[in-house]
Amino acid sequence: MERVAGESGNGRGYLEERGWRSWAYTLDHKRIGVMYLYTTIVFFFIGGIFALLLRLELLSPQAKYFSDHTYNVFFTLHGAMMIFLFIIPAIPSGLGNFFIPMHIGARDVAFPRINLASYWVFAAGFLVVIASLVSPMDTGWTFYTPYSAKTGAAVATLSLGIFLIGMSSILTGLNFIVTIHKLRAPGMTWHRLPLFIWGMYATSIIQVVATPVVGVTFLLLAMERLLGVAFFDPAKGGDPVLFQHFFWFYSHPVVYVMILPAMGIISEVIPVFSRKPIFGYKAIAYSSLAIAFLGFLVWGHHMFTSGMSPLANEIFSFLTFFVAVPTAVKVFNWIATLYKGSITFESPMLYALTFIFLFAVGGLTGPFLGALATDVQLHDTYFVVAHFHYTMMGGTVMGFFAGLHYWFPKMTGKMLNERIARIAWALVFIGFNVTFFTMFITGVKGMPRRYAEYLPRFQVENVISTVGSAILAVGIAVMFWNFLQGLRKGPAAPGNPWRALSLEWQTPSPPITENFPEIPVVTDWPYAYGKPEGPAT
Amino acid sequence: MDNVLAFGAASSQAGRVDTVFLVILVIGVFFFFLTQGILIYFAVKYRRRLPDRDNETPAITGNPLLEFLWILIPSLVVVAIFYYGWRVYNDQRISAAGATEVYVNARQWLYEVKYPDGRTAINEIRVPAGNPVKFILSASDVIHGFYLPDFRVKMDMVPGRVTTLLVQPDRPGSYQIYCTVYCGTGHSNMLARLIVMPPLEYTEWVEHGGREAGEASEHEPLAVRGERVAKNAGCLNCHAVGEAVKVGPGWKGLFGSNVLLEGGKTVTADEEYLRESIVDPGAKVVKGFPNVMPTYKTTLSKEDIDAVVAYLKTLK
Repeated sequence: MERVAGESGNGRGYLEERGWRSWAYTLDHKRIGVMYLYTTIVFFFIGGIFALLLRLELLSPQAKYFSDHTYNVFFTLHGAMMIFLFIIPAIPSGLGNFFIPMHIGARDVAFPRINLASYWVFAAGFLVVIASLVSPMDTGWTFYTPYSAKTGAAVATLSLGIFLIGMSSILTGLNFIVTIHKLRAPGMTWHRLPLFIWGMYATSIIQVVATPVVGVTFLLLAMERLLGVAFFDPAKGGDPVLFQHFFWFYSHPVVYVMILPAMGIISEVIPVFSRKPIFGYKAIAYSSLAIAFLGFLVWGHHMFTSGMSPLANEIFSFLTFFVAVPTAVKVFNWIATLYKGSITFESPMLYALTFIFLFAVGGLTGPFLGALATDVQLHDTYFVVAHFHYTMMGGTVMGFFAGLHYWFPKMTGKMLNERIARIAWALVFIGFNVTFFTMFITGVKGMPRRYAEYLPRFQVENVISTVGSAILAVGIAVMFWNFLQGLRKGPAAPGNPWRALSLEWQTPSPPITENFPEIPVVTDWPYAYGKPEGPAT
Repeated sequence: MDNVLAFGAASSQAGRVDTVFLVILVIGVFFFFLTQGILIYFAVKYRRRLPDRDNETPAITGNPLLEFLWILIPSLVVVAIFYYGWRVYNDQRISAAGATEVYVNARQWLYEVKYPDGRTAINEIRVPAGNPVKFILSASDVIHGFYLPDFRVKMDMVPGRVTTLLVQPDRPGSYQIYCTVYCGTGHSNMLARLIVMPPLEYTEWVEHGGREAGEASEHEPLAVRGERVAKNAGCLNCHAVGEAVKVGPGWKGLFGSNVLLEGGKTVTADEEYLRESIVDPGAKVVKGFPNVMPTYKTTLSKEDIDAVVAYLKTLK
């Protein structure tokens, strides 16, 4: 690992080729990753605009700017786009595609053509999702039957779109699993893998195992709507709660598809900016697998009030609590990594520390919802909305932001304006907490979620949340303006601006087409910071 | 008793749920300040002060004892929280012996209430204080929710199934009921009340045939009765009497106006049109509104329907 960035770069930068064909037909994992990033960020913005419209409407208890039906459509689209078109693909398919081969010292993923196919299947999926807007969905992103079987909206179309997106995600997951098994550079043993790879490996397993279930579920729903086959309609002998079991059997594990890659990014950023080896490497690596495994056993905790038997509730509640343990282990190890470090606070580190802080709130509000007595009270209230935004936005999205700031110089070859990045970070941090912490209180006071109108007693909290959402929006706008400015006229980035040890930084910025002039030979793990007597492997 | 504090509990069960909440809160706040306190302490203490020289930090890679402890301690804490939450949940399923039974059926977007003695009501449940109440819950169309925040309980109402919910209303008062499972356009207007009455008052109320004294005198004007029926039957959840537009067409100035229907026809809103729209809402659907209203054929008597029409005439 003594290569100096840029010196041996005899290939062409991956961005040099021009023209739309060079993108549409590309087999370069980096270009495919960039296409995923642009696409998912566009949907992040669209989903975010829906969120701001929801917050605007909630300024007043009565319907003011648009009708209740429109509100219901907006919260459905906000949820569906953020989940299926942004948060599930953004880190794995975007940053994962770009950095998995570079992290393990490979020239590309194992199946570059399947990789390109997975992007175009994804594109077909989001086009179908957009087509469903002719009669926009008003079922919530959870598609609960029998409502979703009865409503006039284009449920079958949206289901098909999400089915395609699911296929793309299975292809990507499969590709990553094979890549990580087969294409590691010489000397890149499992215990020298960057922890981002461990997170992505666990994620890919979940995607391959769980996604088919939601695909089949949406097919059953489409059959029920189009052919009248009653899987879920009680009037014809079906069971609406069965849908919830199918749906959550996928959609609970998939929250770990959302969070594990972000945790991987945090595990990369913290050692680099602390100049310390990661603390408890094996504990962090194996806890990703433990989370992936346990995640399959807890779906019933979304259904404690569905009329499921009390015994099933008790078992699911018991198992749910054990997800907290590997998650806590990661947090403890990240904090321990800081111990006796030489810490700097560039924007990637700020977002990484923010992840730990906000994710702790999200994690520690989980037991209220895992415990039966309190879940029966808080289920389907704003408490749940606050909880999952702290884990998904405070967690995953902050991890994504950390990753974007961390890898921006590598991906674009340009440096960001650090001062503006910090201003954006401060606005995001303040805005996020004002918006979502307030929702814990709204929920404890009893306001149900998915309410277009609400009783006046909840107005103060709702106004505070809306003010917070505006601050958050300004912060995110500043951040992306900074990205655009960096892209247009940022100073050229050196190969390794953060002095990191993982392989992607041992190449020029931006990297050459096949990543490495010659496949590197790995002799140490990527966290060998600090005094040299540190143990390897 | 709407003005109870957020933590105001309407039953002893609710108080026990609050204790679970507070215990988890204390544990959560403790661990939050412990971990984030250490995080901030480390971040401040070990911030880089001098220009970095490589190899200035110790190469600490882990500590098996710490890993063991921070697997063991969270495991014990979460098992304890699980156990406590489970016990209180278990105790909520109190004996149903001698409980007042109330049947509640949900449909888009109202609650139909039926008592074993044949009394019916919409969106209003009355029970005597001090006696356990067993809600026997069902739904006609889609899944709905039955959430009593003051009692810290909720239960889904699932078509094709019967679910039950037991509460012990200790304190008389009027408590909010919300639908918590998203059920369509009128979801957020699907509200009801649980009125817990002192036992004597309740007996008197039942003896009066389910009417409060003076509520429905012999000489009640028809339009006044109509307003009362419209409120109790949940009409106003979907129809506004002011300027607002809700799920259904507004009522202000409706009587006598020309109504544009789906399909382009126009109809004058006379007595017959209004009666038909109450008993057979799908017959003539107003343009721009969804055809979602349930029939009130069996819910409202002929006299009640006449009264509602009379009330509509007064809304100029």
